[in-house]
Amino acid sequence: MKVGVLSVQGAVSEHLDHLRLCSTEAVAVKDAQSLDEVSGLILPGGESTTIGKLIDIFGLADSIRQRTENGSLALFGTCAGMVLLANEITDGISNQPKLGLMDIVVKRNAFGRQRESFETELDFKTFKEPLTAVFIRAPIILNTGSGVEVLAHLPEGTVAARQGNLLATSFHPELTSDLRVHQFFVEMCREIG
Amino acid sequence: MKETGTFRVKKGMAQMQKGGVIMDVTTVEQAQIAEKAGAVAVMALERVPADIRAAGGVARMADPEMIKTIMETVTIPVMAKVRIGHIAEAQILEELGVDYIDESEVLTPADEQYHINKHLFKVPFVCGARDLGEALRRISEGAAMMRTKGEPGTGNVVEAVRHMRRVMDQVRQVISKQDDELVVMAKEMGVSVELLKEVREAGRLPVVNFAAGGIASPADASLMMQLGADGIFVGSGIFKSESPQKVAEAIVKATLHYDDPKVLAEVSEGLGGAMPGLEMATLTDADRMQERGI
Repeated sequence: MKVGVLSVQGAVSEHLDHLRLCSTEAVAVKDAQSLDEVSGLILPGGESTTIGKLIDIFGLADSIRQRTENGSLALFGTCAGMVLLANEITDGISNQPKLGLMDIVVKRNAFGRQRESFETELDFKTFKEPLTAVFIRAPIILNTGSGVEVLAHLPEGTVAARQGNLLATSFHPELTSDLRVHQFFVEMCREIG
Repeated sequence: MKETGTFRVKKGMAQMQKGGVIMDVTTVEQAQIAEKAGAVAVMALERVPADIRAAGGVARMADPEMIKTIMETVTIPVMAKVRIGHIAEAQILEELGVDYIDESEVLTPADEQYHINKHLFKVPFVCGARDLGEALRRISEGAAMMRTKGEPGTGNVVEAVRHMRRVMDQVRQVISKQDDELVVMAKEMGVSVELLKEVREAGRLPVVNFAAGGIASPADASLMMQLGADGIFVGSGIFKSESPQKVAEAIVKATLHYDDPKVLAEVSEGLGGAMPGLEMATLTDADRMQERGI
């Protein structure tokens, strides 16, 4: 089983390293051909407008949508990746590019500018010990649909959620040495096969 | 409890910019063009380096009002420049809430001996370097991101190439060194042995390293990515060209597909006149911005 990382812009190598440390075959996905090979795909942190625009230009968005909807692909969006997954973005730019696959309402840069970026200990459902979560100009989930399971939250709102084969976190598990969130996603990919 | 301004948070911000293009802008309209073209951030400044060169005189931090207007207009991160060693300009930019501060040799240095102690700020800093020693000295002062100095405002990529090649070459040398050899290397470079060990362990600079200083075409951007840059700063190259929107979009695509000559050929087509550019030999020693703050 191979798991891909969307290699358009952002923290691509960090996710690839984490997947490899989870003993998973990890590949950078840049075109439709490499997308065909993977059971799961991580949409990394970066600039959501940039990544969204570029996956549209390079024709990956439709293939990702199609394979996710027919259940043959698991998706994990971190930070900007979570924004791309959301059905609704409250404060996007006009024509904010998105995949619009997950039943969540997301607010971008919800904690403020870079000087307000932070790290904190966070309880994550099903994990025994809390994890250190790094938030960088992070978005937040304001509302979740009925099929969405909340996995972690802060006073400001939901910061991790799952809906079937979709996983989203506001924070960056690829920036700490803790592998549990990636292992959680690799398990989701295995379920797909 | 939330902890802000940790080195991981500052360095992480730069990691999110990898593979992207950061564009110099001097007006709200230019910032909008940059955002629309797919820039990952904009650098707000009063004049692009080519105009700073032409105007002469002392170049300072931009007017906070102009920086604020740009921050209100675009949703991508906004960076701004301070003079080397100018602690107060940096405090002003942190107060404004800019997302990244460039302690830059493009502006006239305020301190010829010391750089800013960047550990004291919650806002991350990017600095320029011509070699590994300079880069590691800036990192030990707290820089969370590096870039080549190149020779800003020239539209000539030759110096950026020189600096990127030198850093990469020196990283390869560090990787091959034994502990006792690293001690001597640390002494020669004026950096700590611990930092050199970190480089040896990681096989690269401990922070993200962009290319800057003279990049003016999509092909230049691809060249720098192929030499190992994590991303691209474009200064005068976009808004000194004939069709900024097209050049901006082309450089973004060329940076992403730097290893695909087919895409590079497509995006390089019909861009109109590039910025004229300067030959290095025409610069006097005083014109060379890269000698500032080493």
